[in-house]
Amino acid sequence: MATFFGEVVVAPSRAGVDEEEEAREETPEDREIRRELEKKREIDIFWTLKSGSTTESSADEPVVCSKFIVAIGRNAAAFLSSFILDSVCWEVVGVVKLWNEWCRTSSTTNVLPTDSFCLFYRLISDPTVWLCQCSCYVAEDQQFQWLEKVFGRMRKEGLQVTILSTCPVADYKTQESTLTLPSPFLKALKTKEFKEQVCCPLLEQPNIVRDLPAA
Amino acid sequence: RGGGSPSSDFKGFTLLMPAVSVGNVGQLAIDLVISTFNMTKVGYFYTDCLVPMVGNNPYATAEENSMELSINAEVYSLPSKKLVVLQIRSPFIKNKYRPFCQTLLSWVKSSKCDRVIVLSSSHAYQCDDEQLLGTPLRYLLTPDLEKAVGGLMQELNWKEMEKVAAYPGINDKVLHIPGGGITKLLFTESCSKGIQMAVLLKFCSEGDNIPDAFALVNYLNEWHQLIKSEVNTSSQWKIPSSWRLLFGNGLPPALF
Repeated sequence: MATFFGEVVVAPSRAGVDEEEEAREETPEDREIRRELEKKREIDIFWTLKSGSTTESSADEPVVCSKFIVAIGRNAAAFLSSFILDSVCWEVVGVVKLWNEWCRTSSTTNVLPTDSFCLFYRLISDPTVWLCQCSCYVAEDQQFQWLEKVFGRMRKEGLQVTILSTCPVADYKTQESTLTLPSPFLKALKTKEFKEQVCCPLLEQPNIVRDLPAA
Repeated sequence: RGGGSPSSDFKGFTLLMPAVSVGNVGQLAIDLVISTFNMTKVGYFYTDCLVPMVGNNPYATAEENSMELSINAEVYSLPSKKLVVLQIRSPFIKNKYRPFCQTLLSWVKSSKCDRVIVLSSSHAYQCDDEQLLGTPLRYLLTPDLEKAVGGLMQELNWKEMEKVAAYPGINDKVLHIPGGGITKLLFTESCSKGIQMAVLLKFCSEGDNIPDAFALVNYLNEWHQLIKSEVNTSSQWKIPSSWRLLFGNGLPPALF
């Protein structure tokens, strides 16, 4: 937004909460609208764990999973498509249907690389190895739900999770300018339970990860 | 530690926490407290109310302690000063700040914290003529805490946050903390729940809020004497390593 010299502009506050807006008591109509919106923003996951049938996620036995690789964002999803996934070794086991202001995904598993989608795959030769390609944007208020619904389906014992994601180099905080930084480059975060060797340097402060990869 | 809220017993402890507010002053001040006393992390809140974030240890001082993951709502403790500190590192998700306040206050009750101190800030541009003169620091006490320490506030010569007219020309005055995030809600809820809560806030604007954080933490120190108030109190607070590069990276040499 262009401003001229001397114009007073109300800067967005990092406080986030706009007190005036939030202080209003919610009328029954507001509550109804909010509930409808919340329902529209709910995430549905359709699992095809038994060949053929597509059912909504139900309270079935948690699936045994040894490795779960999650690719979040178009670049990471494309990486999996180019180097890992193929129709011979991997089968689709689930699809996420969601809607938010930025994108909508459907329950179809037949997707184009340019579509927004979130699919789950299983290695046919070892069904405990799972992959997720999530090229759609999962909004702030949907991230926790995604997390609970996906990981709620899996047994956590002995599970190793790898999250692949990308960020713009311009967002990387470093002493030098990012212009001279050789890119692309890899950085990692790991929990203390992860005992294996990490293939790249750890992400230094003050850099952080947010949104679905962080969740 | 673990899933859900930390369920430790903090009987007799003071809980110190920030409101996510203008300039993030409360959060910066909390960073100074945690960093200066090298506080130990004792737990975290597993919550869907805050935007998720994760990074490596923001208080790292060396390679060895730099690898611990840190998330958006973590609890630290300093038993020697009977202090437990909550740090909040990301904004609230829309419509989720009320559930968070409720969860937080019920945790305060269940963990038996003695009292809560909220560090916060408010938009400086909303100050009236009188507020523009004199100190930009204010306090608030719930009635239960007023009984215990009201006299001390007089001795310290502190200024209570003024109430303002609900509408211009109307005499009925209300508490208004613009830019204070959840401060007002936490305070009013604590009043009605009989929780001993104090709010310490500073009028400020967005910008370089490091000086505001120092002012707020020194204000807290006037009351709680966490560090000895010698001539130069400010220099005794330790800036955490994560405050590096708050205003961007180095410049490309080709610019010149």
